[in-house]
Amino acid sequence: MPWIPRGLREGIVTSPYPRRPDGYDPGFFGHVEVEPSVGDTAAARAAAGACPTGAITIAPHPGRVQLDRGRCILCGRCVDLAPGTFRADRGFETAAFRRAALVVPSGEPDDAELAEARAQLARRVRGLRRSVHVRHVDAGSDGSEEWEIAALTNPVYDVQRLGVFFTASPKHADLLLVTGLGSAGMGDPLRQTFDAMPEPKVVIAVGADAASGGMVGEGYAARGGVAGWVPVDVFVPGSPPSPFGVLHGIVAAVGLLGSRPREGAPDGAGVPGTPR
Amino acid sequence: MTAGRDAHPAAGEGDRDRPAVQAIPFAAARRRVRDGARFCGLVAIPDQAGGGGGLGLFAITSDDGELAFEEHRPVDGAYATLTSDVPAADWYERRIHDLFGIEPVGRQRPEPLVFPVPPGARPPLAAGGDPSAALAPDPSPTPAHVHGEGVFTIPYGPVRSGVFESVEYLVETSGEDIPHLRTRIFYKHRGVDARFVGLDVDDGALLAEREEGPASVAHALAFSQAVERMAEAAVPVAAQLVRVVHAELERVANHLDTMVRHTEAAGQAVAYAVLSHHKERVQRLRARLCGSRFGRGVVVPGGVRRPPGLSPHGVLSEVGELQRRIDQDVQRLMDTPSFVDRLRGTGVLSSDDARRFAVVGPIGRASGEEEDVRMSRPYGAYERLGHRVARRVEGGDALARQRVRMDELDGSFHLVRQAVDMLAELGETGGWRAAIPPVSGRAVGWTEAAQGELLSVVEARDGRLAHVTQRSASFHNLAAYGSAFPKDIFTDVAFIEASFGLSIAGAAG
Repeated sequence: MPWIPRGLREGIVTSPYPRRPDGYDPGFFGHVEVEPSVGDTAAARAAAGACPTGAITIAPHPGRVQLDRGRCILCGRCVDLAPGTFRADRGFETAAFRRAALVVPSGEPDDAELAEARAQLARRVRGLRRSVHVRHVDAGSDGSEEWEIAALTNPVYDVQRLGVFFTASPKHADLLLVTGLGSAGMGDPLRQTFDAMPEPKVVIAVGADAASGGMVGEGYAARGGVAGWVPVDVFVPGSPPSPFGVLHGIVAAVGLLGSRPREGAPDGAGVPGTPR
Repeated sequence: MTAGRDAHPAAGEGDRDRPAVQAIPFAAARRRVRDGARFCGLVAIPDQAGGGGGLGLFAITSDDGELAFEEHRPVDGAYATLTSDVPAADWYERRIHDLFGIEPVGRQRPEPLVFPVPPGARPPLAAGGDPSAALAPDPSPTPAHVHGEGVFTIPYGPVRSGVFESVEYLVETSGEDIPHLRTRIFYKHRGVDARFVGLDVDDGALLAEREEGPASVAHALAFSQAVERMAEAAVPVAAQLVRVVHAELERVANHLDTMVRHTEAAGQAVAYAVLSHHKERVQRLRARLCGSRFGRGVVVPGGVRRPPGLSPHGVLSEVGELQRRIDQDVQRLMDTPSFVDRLRGTGVLSSDDARRFAVVGPIGRASGEEEDVRMSRPYGAYERLGHRVARRVEGGDALARQRVRMDELDGSFHLVRQAVDMLAELGETGGWRAAIPPVSGRAVGWTEAAQGELLSVVEARDGRLAHVTQRSASFHNLAAYGSAFPKDIFTDVAFIEASFGLSIAGAAG
């Protein structure tokens, strides 16, 4: 059998993440950072006008610039137009527990809360030894998110080393990865899948499309995200998110397993950010 | 419709003067197909942006690389079906019926395809319809096609067993064999084409990338070339070469993806690990060149947004190493009998069926339909680069499709190397992007995506998009999927699906 020595010859290619940071290629554009001290400038206004998904808002007073990563498709126009305000960054740890938390920099002076969330995240990462079964449902993606989720089983990400397994049956699933902008035809199949999962269960919306509809947004067949159909616990921004971004979302979400059981369906269709 | 040097705006000139009701529509297109031309599609373009009012139907055919367009304006929302002469028009007529409510007369009432409009509702893009009002498709199954003792229908999907795009296959069977399979793609219809209306051309390119994620570069490129044709813009040579690099790496990633899925279906664990690692390397190389693992945002109307993020030398050494490793491992795979046995004789698409559906891309090339628009209708830098059609392979089965893709991998690496060499010789003269003035008119752009020929039909007024149809190879080819199960059983489905290598997003639109 030539395959076994072939496999061994490759050596270890698996990422150390999340135990240690991964030195992913420097060119990779993971998210946009907003420099809070610059504020309202002509360049920032030009960037807001040029944003294809309307992700940038500038509050009149005190002229604060905010970016909604749930809408951002990482086209980089704002970085080109207002480099003092927007910076292309390579980090991928951008998953958030609330839809509203994808808007950066955050509105409220809740640094303590953020620090606590980060600390919780760290504790959750340490608790990743358990076995987590993942079910994926495509609710109207463009097909790219599926590539990035499927990449999690390649030897670089190899999520099985973390006790994360993909499962075909929703009845075995702890975690639901939902991709896509909420295409009208997928509402019922998605809800049925969610309903078939046993408690406790966690929902991750993967990608800007799942958070906001992304570049397509809303229309006769597009529902502007999946939060109206299933209660989303973690949002992973990106168009699409990188496999590391999805992995970060899973790692963050796994901390939620074992917490209090959820009661029933989402409260109100399409309401962004339902903190629980 | 203008299409640069290939324009045949008056293909049906003689038909124009007669009353449209009596004339057989698309007489020229029917004749061309009968005489051996390839049917490329049927596209509806409404007079008013976003639907409403009248509309024109355009039949697109290709003969020896020459594109021809023939317009017909339906009368009272109906026209005589093309399928009597052009069976490949089936899915197009069903799509136009779903979205615009235009009735093809003379065939059975078309089964819904991309969006089964619920009873009593108006089709979303029909006259008087509202493309922004939420509609829910009606998922009720249509009557079965196969009848007989013990024959039943198994719905497979839309939620799949694994990480796949949503699609439903209705399998009519009496047990193990698959005498009939219907592909239901409406579950993930997003109405992307309708969202182009009103955008400027730069936003249009970003939306085009999201028609079909795995073919992002090909979609942005076809769209941009349509806009450039309209603007009569000269894309800098350097930008054309950079486009080739991104488009060919996209092809490499897609072809590797089909092979990864084959190894997964065959349970070849080490081969799966090795090949999926190669695919990851390709995606990372693409990210280093432009910041996006899918080559997004790099192709813009007029050129490219920025030069590659790696030196020519860096690209050449990366690509050389990739090709060497991929060659070795794919060859090892083809020397593994337990793998090859799963592909041989599996999912045969006969040359007759390939012809009937006018199948494009690697699937077509494995079944005798050889056209590759990079050569038959060269665009951009392909005119300057040395390239040949993939070697002829016989069989029409999953193994033949695998062989075509292996050959295309070689071709793609060869093209990337040539493009990078030429780029190095050019230096940076000519800039990366030509200015695009506010455009008006209609034009068509095309590319050879990894899935096959992709057409972008664009109409714009004063720089704003009035209509766009991204006719993906996935839509065109998926129609033939149900014909690829002549002797196959359920356990072959994973191989046949992988060997088609199509994206449901691109097909459902």
